[in-house]
Amino acid sequence: MAAPFDMNDDSVVVIIGTGAGGGVLANELAQKGISVVALEAGGRYMPEDYINDEWESFGQLAWTDARTTSGDWRVADDFSGLPAWIVKAVGGTTTHWAGASLRFQEHEWKPATNYGEVQGANLLDWPIDGAEMAPWYDKAEKKLGVTRTNGWPGLPGNNNYKVLEAGAKALGYEEVHTGRMAIMSHEDGDRIMCQQTGFCFQGCKWGAKWSSAYTDIPEGEATGNLEVRDHAHVARILHDDEGKVTGVEYYDADGVLQLQKARVVCVAGNSIESPRLLLNSASSMFPDGLANSSGQVGRNYMRHLTGSVYGVFDKPVRMWRGTTMAGIVQDEARHDPERGFVGGYELETLSLGLPFMAAFLDPGGWGREFTTALDSYENMAGMWIVGEDMPQETNRVTLNHDVTDQFGLPVANVHYDDHPNDIAMRDHAYKQGMAIYDAVGATRVLPTPPYPSTHNLGTNRMSENPRDGVVNKHGQTHDIANLFISDGSQFTSGAAENPTLTIVALAIRQADFLSSEMSKGNL
Amino acid sequence: MTKPAMRGLTRRELLSRASATGASFLIGSGFIAASDAAWAAETTHLDPKVFATLVQMARDIYPHDRIPDENYVIAVKGYDSAENAEAITAGINALNAAAQGKGFASYLDMGWEKDRVEILRGMEESVFFQRIRGGLVTGLYNQKTVWPIFGYEGESFSKGGYIDRGFNDINWL
Repeated sequence: MAAPFDMNDDSVVVIIGTGAGGGVLANELAQKGISVVALEAGGRYMPEDYINDEWESFGQLAWTDARTTSGDWRVADDFSGLPAWIVKAVGGTTTHWAGASLRFQEHEWKPATNYGEVQGANLLDWPIDGAEMAPWYDKAEKKLGVTRTNGWPGLPGNNNYKVLEAGAKALGYEEVHTGRMAIMSHEDGDRIMCQQTGFCFQGCKWGAKWSSAYTDIPEGEATGNLEVRDHAHVARILHDDEGKVTGVEYYDADGVLQLQKARVVCVAGNSIESPRLLLNSASSMFPDGLANSSGQVGRNYMRHLTGSVYGVFDKPVRMWRGTTMAGIVQDEARHDPERGFVGGYELETLSLGLPFMAAFLDPGGWGREFTTALDSYENMAGMWIVGEDMPQETNRVTLNHDVTDQFGLPVANVHYDDHPNDIAMRDHAYKQGMAIYDAVGATRVLPTPPYPSTHNLGTNRMSENPRDGVVNKHGQTHDIANLFISDGSQFTSGAAENPTLTIVALAIRQADFLSSEMSKGNL
Repeated sequence: MTKPAMRGLTRRELLSRASATGASFLIGSGFIAASDAAWAAETTHLDPKVFATLVQMARDIYPHDRIPDENYVIAVKGYDSAENAEAITAGINALNAAAQGKGFASYLDMGWEKDRVEILRGMEESVFFQRIRGGLVTGLYNQKTVWPIFGYEGESFSKGGYIDRGFNDINWL
């Protein structure tokens, strides 16, 4: 049967979310001839719709439904209602991401083994490793068009990168380059080359950056096997008396509750919404929420430790020109406990436009200390710290029954306390980042606090033993065979790398598993 | 433990600021050009002196000597409304009372920024101060007319990006 599918068609795979996980899974399944209904809470925007204006774009794309925060992380003070900077639209946060596409390092798949006992951390080894993932990473890099893979060249470095490179090399760093980016460095098919326009975070108007919104989603739809319903906000996953999921209830664009039946349900709503949905789907059979016999749903929330460093110089840099994430220093990504922490971090160029710089440079700051920094905006260079933060059981997404969303559903509360390892690593990264800019003559350096999280991970984690996590090595929940998790919430640990490439690789792999299990009659 | 979405970049604030800023732009540039205080006299709900004090307060919170008064006026013009007048007047009255406590006739009578900032530091936890400060983050810096003062060029897509226009033109490294 071809799309669109009937609400009572219980042969379809329902995917909730259309970003790096859900969008890719939807296309991969559709290509294999499997019927898919993808439900997306947001609207549909294409490159011609994207707005190169930070606040206007934020209003168009960002997930700004009510959420609450708690814990000692500064985001809870600065942006109490906005724990995450992620997207509500077809394509999810692949519209907003910067494009950095890095594979995990070998040791990062086994953090419990390689880092040893870290007090307060709930470290666990992944049930998969680099060798298992290598062929899926190959497919992911090819799909995304990742520079410096498959013989494709790196992107040219912009001004912001040149400052980073000069400073990093002056410090003796060696792994300094313009990154492995899912941004076209050559002409190919429908995606044209990067035009160095900036505004990567606001959706690439050239389509040069990979986003599932204008690649995988339309490719999947073209098969006739994929139906994407936008403005479809899933409220609850339903199950039968045997504990198998049978469909999902969602609010459509008119706010009317609909029921789509399903053979399999795959949850890919990001690490805040995915556990929220499992918890909001609690029933008399599963009083603690679906797939939660381990009690781990919502726990081990990770966000990368993050932070930024901006350097001010006596001459112009104009960091906003060109690719936002234009280059990387990888020397500190290694695991070397001599530095006073386990795991490592990447330093990647970043720039914000003036409006967002005013909002994020020192939230709450005012007076001349603040404004003289902004006065030098044209002379600033910027970098972002992406480091492995520790999974902690108490860092978690829970339901806040005191606050409800526009549909009357309890919202997610995001609780996060920095682990001492996170603080030690961030301090180290600030020091190195400032030294990089000092080495090329910075007159002032600004160690900037973390922004609302874009890398949200770990809240339905993968584990060998059903006692330790929510899903097995295929993203299939330990408790319910036909319920899958397909986004970054299945991450067992965060590693130092931007997560999208790994989410995509896991989704391609999951599609293979799903199709094989379905043809064997196991699902 | 949990905090409701009361401050920061909530959707509600985002939208209210966006519409306030948008409405202010309609007033157009040059409406304060006639004389120093002409824009203050054009208030509809706030006492002109209260509004003038609010504008000074805005500049003292985010002082940029190269940004003209006009942009600060636009940033706070949204408070000159029936629903805001009472709270704003009360806040400005508190500011003046604090100035009088220091021996000045009013906040506007304090000649040195340093003295005015001391008053503001004393009230920076107040709802009034945080409301004005928070609103300025978008109300001031999201005005396209201030961007060139910082050298910021805004969107470049309509010009074909920077691929041929200096994305890598740095020459001092």
